[in-house]
Amino acid sequence: MPTIELLWWEGCPSTPRALDDLRAAVAEHGLDPGVVVVREVATDDDAAREAFVGSPTVRVDGEDLFPPGDDEPVGLTCRIYLLADGRISPTPDPALLREELSRRLTA
Amino acid sequence: MTTGTAAPTFQLTDTTGREHELAARAGSPATVIVFTCNHCPYALAWHGRIAAVADDYAGRDVEVWCVSSNDAARFPADSPEAMRERVEAEGWRMPYLYDETQDVARAYGARTTPHVFVLDGELLVRYEGAPDADHDDPSLDAAWMRSALDAVLGGSQPDPAETEPVGCSIKWRP
Repeated sequence: MPTIELLWWEGCPSTPRALDDLRAAVAEHGLDPGVVVVREVATDDDAAREAFVGSPTVRVDGEDLFPPGDDEPVGLTCRIYLLADGRISPTPDPALLREELSRRLTA
Repeated sequence: MTTGTAAPTFQLTDTTGREHELAARAGSPATVIVFTCNHCPYALAWHGRIAAVADDYAGRDVEVWCVSSNDAARFPADSPEAMRERVEAEGWRMPYLYDETQDVARAYGARTTPHVFVLDGELLVRYEGAPDADHDDPSLDAAWMRSALDAVLGGSQPDPAETEPVGCSIKWRP
């Protein structure tokens, strides 16, 4: 069973939506949405230890579903995602999330 | 900050070095203060809609002032240099003011980026909250902000006068 994690920081209000989208994507793969591990990143030290580039971050077996660029700074911040149509969003595009999750789970 | 109360006056510098003094806007039809920043996806998602309001109402002597109050030491993307680079790269027509001491954000009770305050000609706060109901729906076109401005320009009370601001928390200094 893969480990699917949502890492979040309280400074961003995007967690509920990101978690709903992730749980829906997990359920589409026939997995129990309850397998999603939700972990708070609360301090700068936590962020450094986790190589956390922002909230929300989704990882499967420790690998970021949307790998950040090398120049992406680690820290307590809100993560910027691009939707499929190019718009900026605080959460991953649900369709891209399903697609990436599927790719990781079937790899 | 309660609507109907006097907006705290301030004087801040924009990315070109020009000073902006709120008191000088007294007697103008309306002024909008938007607490925003560079690094927040909510602020970025709403930015185009806010800029469109500034353009659409400029001919009626309405000014939209953007203010960044975030702690630039912890969030370098919100540094004055980064603000200037963004204004130049994106060709902003709104002033982007730097609230280095965070006194202005504190005085307004700004909580998020973005957080919008619409002021009337007497510099009373007539609307505060979000630009519209959903950062993820561009078709809403900053409807709450526009409706508040229309009300102020028409001499009536905005409805709604207050909404819940949504966005990243203001990054206060430790």
